[in-house]
Amino acid sequence: MSADAPAPHHDTPTGHDHTAAHGSLKGYLTGFVLSVILTAIPFWLVMDHVFASPGWTAVTILFLAAVQIFVHMVYFLHMNTRSEGGWAMMALVFTLVMVIITLSGSIWVMYHLNANMMPMTPSMAMNAP
Amino acid sequence: MTTQAIPAGNGAPTFYVTEEEHHPEGGSTMLGFWIYLMSDCLIFACLFACYGVLGHSYAGGPSPREAFELPLIALNTAMLLFSSITYGFAMLAMERNSRSQTLLWLAVTWLFGAAFIGIELHEFAGLIAEGNGPWRSGFLTSFFSLVGTHGLHVTSGLIWMIVLMVQTVQKGLIPANKRRLMCLSMFWHFLDVVWIGVFTFVYLMGVLG
Repeated sequence: MSADAPAPHHDTPTGHDHTAAHGSLKGYLTGFVLSVILTAIPFWLVMDHVFASPGWTAVTILFLAAVQIFVHMVYFLHMNTRSEGGWAMMALVFTLVMVIITLSGSIWVMYHLNANMMPMTPSMAMNAP
Repeated sequence: MTTQAIPAGNGAPTFYVTEEEHHPEGGSTMLGFWIYLMSDCLIFACLFACYGVLGHSYAGGPSPREAFELPLIALNTAMLLFSSITYGFAMLAMERNSRSQTLLWLAVTWLFGAAFIGIELHEFAGLIAEGNGPWRSGFLTSFFSLVGTHGLHVTSGLIWMIVLMVQTVQKGLIPANKRRLMCLSMFWHFLDVVWIGVFTFVYLMGVLG
């Protein structure tokens, strides 16, 4: 959908409907440069052991991944609140809620399940029914 | 969608759709495809959750630190990142209606994608040759499921890309082909987004310990 003409979706003919949302050379190059930086930093942090604490490294690389996902969404997938009359963003927000529930719920529940299990040696695990 | 009532002969209103012609073929394809991608996102969320749960169950097998080679993963990530920007160039060429340049950039994208799959298969083959296949431990089962599913998606994208290149050669950049190329563009960039999660959550955090 054209970015500067917030016309209703059904008023624009097909074929030209989404082309304007496909960004510019500048947009793609900006996204690419940002992605390269946001990819290089976490690999450098992990491979060169820059931080003494693995916990801080983990937090930093997770944060950088979130930023990079945002960059890809904006510059490569051309997400904005207006595309498809707002329904694309609505679907994305719903999916993000589902993803967060799935990930955090599974990991949380199974961590506590493991923590409350009787300690098991590898040989016990091998002979378990 | 609005309807209008016109009085029929007997006075009872008859309803008909007034905007039928404003919904041409393919008008809602992009939103439909986006919703497909979101459902695909949930598949990956489940596989990530599996990896999060099983990722430390080594069963005496190798840990991520022993199993992964980060320089190889960095190379693989670079391949996918390059293929993303070259697909972007293909879309820009498509907007200029330049068929030859669109095909050229699609071919470059295909080669980067194929290199990605080649490196991934090399990594998988190395793990399996050392006896560390998906049967070895819970960690490796969830690892192969997650990364393998992503690899299968990229492989489907490569097959799809060949089909679209053939269609573009045969029919040119007609609106239907443009729509298909835009769908593949979303698919391809979406796979790159999933890969950000994979290299961060699986490879980098795995090697971190």
